[in-house]
Amino acid sequence: MPPVSRGFKGRRREGVDATRIPPGQHLVRDFPVLTYGPTPQVDTARWSFSLDGAVSAGRRWSWDEFQAMPREQVTTDIHCVTTWSKLDTTWSGVPVDAFFAGIEPGGGFVQAWCDGGYTTNLPLDDVLGGRAWVVDRYDGAPLAPAHGGPARLLVPHLYFWKSAKWVRGLTVTVQNEPGFWEENGYHDRGDPWREERYGAAFE
Amino acid sequence: MITADLDPDTSRWRPARVLDRWDETPRIATLRIGADRWPGHVAGQRVDVRLTAQDGYQANRAYSIASAPSSGVLDLAVERLDDGEVSPWLVDIARAGDELEVRGPVGGWFTWRPTDPGPLLMLAGGSGLVPLMAMAREAVAAATGTDVRLLVSTRTAAELPFAEELAMLDAAGSLRLLHTVTRGAPDGWDGWRGRMGSALAAELLDDLPSAPPAIFICGGSGFVDHASHLLMAEGVDARAIRTERFGPSS
Repeated sequence: MPPVSRGFKGRRREGVDATRIPPGQHLVRDFPVLTYGPTPQVDTARWSFSLDGAVSAGRRWSWDEFQAMPREQVTTDIHCVTTWSKLDTTWSGVPVDAFFAGIEPGGGFVQAWCDGGYTTNLPLDDVLGGRAWVVDRYDGAPLAPAHGGPARLLVPHLYFWKSAKWVRGLTVTVQNEPGFWEENGYHDRGDPWREERYGAAFE
Repeated sequence: MITADLDPDTSRWRPARVLDRWDETPRIATLRIGADRWPGHVAGQRVDVRLTAQDGYQANRAYSIASAPSSGVLDLAVERLDDGEVSPWLVDIARAGDELEVRGPVGGWFTWRPTDPGPLLMLAGGSGLVPLMAMAREAVAAATGTDVRLLVSTRTAAELPFAEELAMLDAAGSLRLLHTVTRGAPDGWDGWRGRMGSALAAELLDDLPSAPPAIFICGGSGFVDHASHLLMAEGVDARAIRTERFGPSS
């Protein structure tokens, strides 16, 4: 039993399904913004999304080609490593599986890269099988730049730093190569239900 | 308690207690924390704080460290959020001897070490000053001659945390403080007024000995984006800007 903090009562939420809040997380109603640098201003006329690296054939999609792909509506809970969770968020976008149609991966990992220089690494299995999307709409409206617009990755079963804002491509790799936060103290995979927040050391 | 036998595991919850506390502003308090086998920190890092109620209910939030690593103490400066769950306890209830837990330190990007090349430029909106204060204190303590400049924007003059210490450091030439007050500047106020604009950005960047390798900006998301864009308009490379944003989360 951890030490009791004298006089602390806490604020328990009524009507919240506790089974949907991973350990160490708390529920928010707003949508906090956390980014390590300035918000990039991205022009969709010059935007493209690439699939490259260890693949049978690389490919690039323009914004218009991306818009023409079959899309899905996703309603999901999201969990940020800084301990907030938000339930029933609604998104619209293209499943990552659709970008891989007809393309054979030659490695078991992907590195997502983004405008502004951000990167994050994921096992290929975490972005295929209907578990990840490239989304450009949130809550029925175009995704705001502060939240990653025009398009971001959505990988809701992992902590939200894996859902890279301003995503521009996925590079398939044979070796697992740590991305930005994975090199700066965060866990390699980031499963919120296992509370995989931080790496071993910060030096 | 801090002992010589340090535990570098930053992912575990450590038993900790409040050693002392004092007010910085009407809404911000510093809490000096003694944490079991605390391994030390780097300026700019934060810790997770966990509180446990009598019935076992727990809540945790992240707070920035205000003390310089070289000081050997662990000071958190916490702003009370009216609808918050953890911050009201830390600011209003906690006193010396109270028990809690801490985890960390956390963060490997928004950090500064005395061995990092200068100049050191920092911009804070309100309580976003806290992690930057750790950097400023560390730079002053290291006395490496680094050109240290700190721009702070607060709503009122009284909402500047660490005000006396900053005024002393500014007067001594240890750092340069640029403080702007966005509302209600008191009578006789001779500092900057209003939201940060291009004139204040230019003043911060004026006559630098060299281009800063990193510029640290911390505050609410609106302040961070506004300040970033002003600096970029003055010719600062976006890649040099490191940000930490305080969400409205409590």
